[in-house]
Amino acid sequence: MELTTLWFCLIAVLWIGYFVLEGFDFGVGILMPFLARNETERRVMINTIGPLWDGNEVWLLVAGGATFAAFPEWYATLFSGFYLPLFLILVSLIFRNVAFEFRGKQQDTTWRAWWDRAIFFGSLLPAVLWGVAFANIVRGVDIDAKKEYVGSFFDLLNPYAILGGLVTLSLFVTHGAVFISLKTTGEIRVRARAFAATSALAAAVIALAFLGWTYGQRRDAQHVVWFVVLAVLAAACLVAALVAIRAGREGWAFVGTAATIALAVAALFVSLFPDVMPSSLSPTFSLTTTNASSTHYTLKIMTWVAVAFTPLVLVYQGWTYHVFRQRIGTEHIPGPPSPSPSPSSPGQQPPVRVQDDPVTTDV
Amino acid sequence: MDTLNLARWQFGITTVYHYFFVPLTIGLAFIVAGFQTAWYRSKDERYLRLTKFFGKLLLINFAMGVATGIVQEFQFGMNWSAYSRFVGDIFGAPLAMEGLLAFFLESTFLGLWIFGWDKLSPRIHLATIWIAAFGTFLSAYFILAANSFMQHPVGYRINPVSGRAELTDIVAVLTNKVAIVTFPHTILAAFLTGGAFVLGIAVWQLVRHPDRDRSAFRSAAKAGAIVVVIAALGVAISGDRQAKVMTEVQPMKMAAAEALYGTKNNAGFSIFTVGTLQGDSEVYSLRIPGLLSYLGTGDLNGKVEGINNIQAAYEAKYGPGNYTPNIALTYWTFRLMIGIGMLAALGALWVLWAMRQGRMLSGRWWVRAAVVLPFTPLLGNSFGWIFTEMGRQPWIVFGLMPTSAGVSPGTGVATVLISLIGFTLIYGFLAVIEMKLLVKTIRAGLPDVPRAALVGGGDNDGSDGNGDGEPGANGGPAEGHSDGERQLAFAY
Repeated sequence: MELTTLWFCLIAVLWIGYFVLEGFDFGVGILMPFLARNETERRVMINTIGPLWDGNEVWLLVAGGATFAAFPEWYATLFSGFYLPLFLILVSLIFRNVAFEFRGKQQDTTWRAWWDRAIFFGSLLPAVLWGVAFANIVRGVDIDAKKEYVGSFFDLLNPYAILGGLVTLSLFVTHGAVFISLKTTGEIRVRARAFAATSALAAAVIALAFLGWTYGQRRDAQHVVWFVVLAVLAAACLVAALVAIRAGREGWAFVGTAATIALAVAALFVSLFPDVMPSSLSPTFSLTTTNASSTHYTLKIMTWVAVAFTPLVLVYQGWTYHVFRQRIGTEHIPGPPSPSPSPSSPGQQPPVRVQDDPVTTDV
Repeated sequence: MDTLNLARWQFGITTVYHYFFVPLTIGLAFIVAGFQTAWYRSKDERYLRLTKFFGKLLLINFAMGVATGIVQEFQFGMNWSAYSRFVGDIFGAPLAMEGLLAFFLESTFLGLWIFGWDKLSPRIHLATIWIAAFGTFLSAYFILAANSFMQHPVGYRINPVSGRAELTDIVAVLTNKVAIVTFPHTILAAFLTGGAFVLGIAVWQLVRHPDRDRSAFRSAAKAGAIVVVIAALGVAISGDRQAKVMTEVQPMKMAAAEALYGTKNNAGFSIFTVGTLQGDSEVYSLRIPGLLSYLGTGDLNGKVEGINNIQAAYEAKYGPGNYTPNIALTYWTFRLMIGIGMLAALGALWVLWAMRQGRMLSGRWWVRAAVVLPFTPLLGNSFGWIFTEMGRQPWIVFGLMPTSAGVSPGTGVATVLISLIGFTLIYGFLAVIEMKLLVKTIRAGLPDVPRAALVGGGDNDGSDGNGDGEPGANGGPAEGHSDGERQLAFAY
């Protein structure tokens, strides 16, 4: 296999990893106002992804870095062309990231409510915008002979792309609901399961419409047969996930939604190949795995690095999931972090050295 | 303002802001790992409480560093697409390696550390913070290798057809002599930053609450001060080495650092200058004779090229144009970097002296010093980066690509303006929140630790669950995963 093809596949794998993993993080964030009824339940939801979300987000950084290294022209055109959507995604991720860390640091309902909003919108916007961005890549955008995007921000908000945004939104929400049902106990689990059973149906309808429309867009693609195969498999996995969640088999349902996302992203990449960013102005302007790539030497170096270190990353990240495999319920949530002498209550005694109550075990 | 200037401001603001959190995170990660190791070895509760206290502060900073770090990676493509196309073949590789080798390590193992207190054995748990700390090292190395290519391009060729820079030797890029001298300087400055942070907080606690956890904070103050003193020494030595490489590969930057217009032997280093920096209009300056020559060449009588000569040579080499960076900016940032950075070392020595043989710190001045201390290396770092990036101008890649040619050609003024204003407001807002949380956490003092943790971090004592916990959970951490009612040791 050509190294450019290999790197096209590797970048597809990185985006698949990112969407499968951060997909449920986004889903959890979006579902927080709907599935949690009180502060403890909200904390249950946040803590299902607490130890994991940051490692999941690194998939995005590596996908970005790998695109820069292997296909600099793709990176340059994509990031400068999709400037404002990426700006919105960055703003969302900034707020969402600090929200996880900051929301519990103050015992104040208003404070928490604001960070909860940051988590909700910080999850919602990227969940939609990534779909919009990828749909536009597949559909083709106005790229000129100099490989520059010459369209406007509003060109990116076409109906097909918006449908793409709804696909990622509905898939991530379903994926997140299944994840919550898999990782929690008690009422939240029941609610999450019920929600997933409904949202999976909606996701299936939206995703099928989108994949059908994509077939229309990329009918002449080189590997359209494989696109159809993967798209059908993705749909089958979503149906399987739906059946599994209705049967109460949460683990299988999670495998199903993860596979759906993976196969759907794979289908989009296959429909692109050998283009990486088709131009809607002229096929000769399209960025391809060949004309957007780095040199053979750089790809060779990066291949060695990827071969040597990716398995290691998978092993220790997998181990993290193993370490934190325990289901969480409201009974596991410790009380508010260590009682700190607030400036508003002078004369308060310093905290006792050692308490029997582990609620204060906060890092 | 045009797109170029807006994009430059955005890069500057994001980088300086991001770089408040980076060195603090690197330095603190190692110091926290040190406290935890001390606890692991001695089982002295003080160290565990210090670990948790400074760990909390570390995490507040880490969250901010991660959040702004994503912007760093994305803005190359967003604002500097022409640059990205030109150097992507070379510059992308260390960035991708940083992600794969370092970011995964840092975030995964920090996650394990934060949430793993009751899920991992004390030994493994200790290892997680060291691995995360090591990850910050790797991360620093790769990104500095990438930056060093911009200062001193090596291991490349220019493709005659495409006009792009292409990688010919990855080893040369990763062992760029600029990277080799910049890495220790940067890392030691990060330790200086972390040490001054710990020192300032410990001193504040000792003065403000002399009876609260005195022995713990005395240990912290000493540890912080020693880290600062050793790191400062290392920063000075590595900075001297760096100056020599800089004089060799970027003579203009060295000349600009001193505003030295005419080539000189035995060139002096001015502590400050009154008057403008335009060559001979100087009113007064306090000079150390020969120091610039020594910094640049290792010889008090060494020859340092002046701006005028280098400008003429560059015009001959690269064609007509202005190859002189902003002199006032480079001159002052260079001095402020050294001066403010070294203030922390003086402060640390002062603390060590004042605390000798069990003496107490008291007095209002200590409170002020404690508040100022952590900020000195932070500012020194900023000035250092502003100096090194502005001193490279007008180049984005030294000698190969002018900054003006690197900006995204298709991106409009309004677009960059929106993101510049947006990011700046967000950074400002988050800085206020971050300060508020840091102050709150610092004021609260050392957290309490449950008895369970004191006996070894594991859950091998069933009685210290939450009262009604499962008494049978004594099989060691590895088996503590049943869906019992035991509360999580840590939760957001």
